[in-house]
Amino acid sequence: MVKKIIGHTYIFLILLLMYVPVLVLIAFSFTEAGNVGEWTGFSWNLYPRLFQNQEIMTALGNTLILAVTSALVSVILGTTGAIGSFYSKRKMRKAIDSVTQIPIVNAEIVMALSLCVMFVFLQSYVFRTNLLSFWTLLIGHVVLSLPFVYISVKPKLEQMDPSLYEAAIDLGATPHQALWKVIIPETIPGVLSGFLLAITLSLDDFVITRFTTGSGLLSGDASIMTISTYVQGKIKKSNIPVELRALTTIIFVVVVLVVIGVTVYRLYKAKYGKTRTERRANNA
Amino acid sequence: MKSSLFSRKGHGLVFQRKYLCIPYIVFLVLFIIIPILIIVWYAFTDASGRPSFDALVDFFTSFSKLNVLLVSVFIALQTTLICLIIGYPLAFFLADKKINKNAVLVTLFIAPMWINFVLRTWATRDLLTWMGINGGSTPYLATLIGMVQNYLPFVLLPLYTTFLKLDKSQIEAAYDLGANPVQVFVKNILPQSVPGIVSAMLMTFTPTMSSYVITETLSEGKVTIIGSYIDLDFTSRLWNEGSFMAVIMLIIIGISMFLTRGQEKDTGRTNLW
Repeated sequence: MVKKIIGHTYIFLILLLMYVPVLVLIAFSFTEAGNVGEWTGFSWNLYPRLFQNQEIMTALGNTLILAVTSALVSVILGTTGAIGSFYSKRKMRKAIDSVTQIPIVNAEIVMALSLCVMFVFLQSYVFRTNLLSFWTLLIGHVVLSLPFVYISVKPKLEQMDPSLYEAAIDLGATPHQALWKVIIPETIPGVLSGFLLAITLSLDDFVITRFTTGSGLLSGDASIMTISTYVQGKIKKSNIPVELRALTTIIFVVVVLVVIGVTVYRLYKAKYGKTRTERRANNA
Repeated sequence: MKSSLFSRKGHGLVFQRKYLCIPYIVFLVLFIIIPILIIVWYAFTDASGRPSFDALVDFFTSFSKLNVLLVSVFIALQTTLICLIIGYPLAFFLADKKINKNAVLVTLFIAPMWINFVLRTWATRDLLTWMGINGGSTPYLATLIGMVQNYLPFVLLPLYTTFLKLDKSQIEAAYDLGANPVQVFVKNILPQSVPGIVSAMLMTFTPTMSSYVITETLSEGKVTIIGSYIDLDFTSRLWNEGSFMAVIMLIIIGISMFLTRGQEKDTGRTNLW
């Protein structure tokens, strides 16, 4: 009982400390004061101002487009990679697994710089043209999230019953059908969590974006700005648009909704539904 | 097990399931292995491409660069330690089914990670400035608070998974054999949680050294870590110096991986979703 009280107090104290900065920012998104801590009366004005701020909207659009495209590319490459490596010889599989670990343990800035140096090398000695663009940025983000897709899909393949594929073939499925109807469906939970993870990593990234960005997307001829690089640029010049407080509030609300959704879904699944693999394990 | 997709068709092997990983391998080689080899090459050449140890000599004779390295390692160690001190009991309580029924509380701790981290850091700075702990007066303290706040979830996840897997019967056995709670903790729970501690340390130590956004924002440029230096070399297009710094970081990562080899179980980030 005492342990329970201490535990709860400690947990909620730390939670409070974790959330206080964002909550304070949210509170001050309802006033137009220049700094947090000054209150110049309640107002909704920051919200319409946020949507009228062209720079922020451009950065937001870029961030979303980049997150979705890089996650899609990572999911396709990562899933086929995981399936392929699962059916490769042991030595090959080991080699792929270890190389996959490199970006996970490596510091982000080392990866970012190494990609940047390679692009600069290629553009000064091989292609003789400016390479830094949306494509280099996309490659950077895929490098960031690809390994995480691979390691979320891999365990699903390992849990799969190997005789399922053989059974499908014996029952007259072509290998292609067996791949699409047996192997791919087994990997879906892993693919989904890999996709969500890839989106999260891309949305949150600053360093890779800074080192690999070039012109394109909604920024046109200027360097592509994402929310991270845009805000960091403003912080460095100490001239942060107050509308960002409204943006933080909106992001927070979206995050809270997603978290509630995921939690409700998990609790529901834990109570009523079971995944195919679990059902099969129970029947066996 | 058959490894070929078209083996039953009779005519030569056209496609095998293992070929599916070719694009993946090509991508890994082109954008992970080759870039690392290129920065190693750049670290030991000069601007005209000739082999040289200029960057190395420059690094080891520059007081400011060595100082930045020391400061980075120091901040990284402190952040890791503070995160462990806060996160260890936290994970312990969260793994207790009586305290945290459906793991919903864990989700609450991870949720801030979904808010863009630059925005989060900025929120922390605004609050700290309001409270009087700003870059102007206490840059180092402000940096540490920001770092700990950012990396606590990364420490929490591996520790939490380790505590969930704790062998309860061993603990009961220890009590039955007459151990007191302190002995049970020191001789049983602590050794059982070592893999979690090691993963947690790896999740914090090296990323801290490269998260220069946090130091720059919270210390208002007064605390410089190795990441800021690499960024500076990038801005001034000093590829050789920058690459050498990156190689130094690679060595530090290599050392920390070597020291903890075989200990870590999984990286906490995969448990995000």
